[in-house]
Amino acid sequence: MSSVKNTESSKSTESLIWALLHTVPDPDIPVISIVDLGIVRNVEWKNEIAIITITPSYSGCPAMSVFVDDIRQVLNGAGFQSEIKTVLSPAWTTEWISQSGLDKMKAHGIAPPEDESGMDSIFAMQKPVTCPRCNSKQTKMLNRFGSTPCKALWYCNECSQPFEYFKCH
Amino acid sequence: MKTKDALYNYCLRLADSNMIHGQRLAEWCSRGPFLEEDIALSNMSLDMIGQAEMLYEYASTQSEAEHSADDLAFRRSEREYFNCLLVEQENGDFAQTMMKVFLYSAFAKQLYESLLNSNNETLSGFAAKAIKEVKYHLRHSSEWLIRFGNGTDESKRRVQQAVTNLWRFTQDMFEMNDADAALVDNGISFTTEALSAKWQLNVNEIFTAANINIPETNNTITGGYNGIHTEHLGVMLCEMQYLQRAYPDAKW
Repeated sequence: MSSVKNTESSKSTESLIWALLHTVPDPDIPVISIVDLGIVRNVEWKNEIAIITITPSYSGCPAMSVFVDDIRQVLNGAGFQSEIKTVLSPAWTTEWISQSGLDKMKAHGIAPPEDESGMDSIFAMQKPVTCPRCNSKQTKMLNRFGSTPCKALWYCNECSQPFEYFKCH
Repeated sequence: MKTKDALYNYCLRLADSNMIHGQRLAEWCSRGPFLEEDIALSNMSLDMIGQAEMLYEYASTQSEAEHSADDLAFRRSEREYFNCLLVEQENGDFAQTMMKVFLYSAFAKQLYESLLNSNNETLSGFAAKAIKEVKYHLRHSSEWLIRFGNGTDESKRRVQQAVTNLWRFTQDMFEMNDADAALVDNGISFTTEALSAKWQLNVNEIFTAANINIPETNNTITGGYNGIHTEHLGVMLCEMQYLQRAYPDAKW
């Protein structure tokens, strides 16, 4: 009986920890959480320690060290001791961003990832992405590299505004 | 060589090549030919330094001595650096930098594709992550070479000069030493013959599209993986390591 009870209580503690992690924002796009972004791979409550497994979005993303500090701070604030592990495999992909993350990203003015198949080929042109402000497809890419490793710079010919696009990765 | 020592040495080699390549690209920050390209160069630099950091972290767990990732990057002298010679060469003009990015990322792409099959989970996981970034660099630099080679007389001259300056350092990327021997036997890494052939195909394809001629030279300079470097590495390490050497353990 007691082991069943323990399992149940660790399950409910784990959902509490997930809820806390939902409050940790991505420092670059504060409207989405690190859970929405898909970098939290596992949460385990073991021997009174919260073991959080995360994976980097981009290798050189400076936000990673901020994530680690923020996770620790939020969990400590709620009285949890934590251990944060980083795994590289399987590699993070934009497919792991939650639907609510994609919606919030768009509402924030960043175009969410779209199909980029075939983009490894030299001089391949990406299909126009949808402008997050006016939903027009009359857009063009200005730069495949942007303000952070995860974003490219685009321009909307319809509403005459530049916007950022979250690259498919 | 013991497997653990070989793995330490091999990780340092990969990390050092990425670190030095990233540091060189960072020298372009605020000096790019135009804003978008300046951002592209800095982005590629960041990818390379990030990839180096992952490998330094892993290397630090393979060493008997207590080295942090930062110690490995900022407290070793040039003879203890095992990067390939190509990446330490000076940036030169924009054509030479793009040639360097192309030759190195074409190599890194092949290397990482092979490491996907490594039975070392950290290396295969690293490769799966890093290959996505390197493909981006390869495409970007390939396009520039094709533009230069089909552009003005001046751009054609410069891109041809770039390959003339750098070609002698390309063979060095495919060198193998005692560390490779120990790791190949254990299925951790692989011999570089197949890599070299695939790299050559990629180079031929882009050079044909760009009308670039491979220099006819037998002059090949190697030694990077054994810590024997050209004169440029020491100079750049002086600058890169200045802060940690002058103020040990300084933190942000």
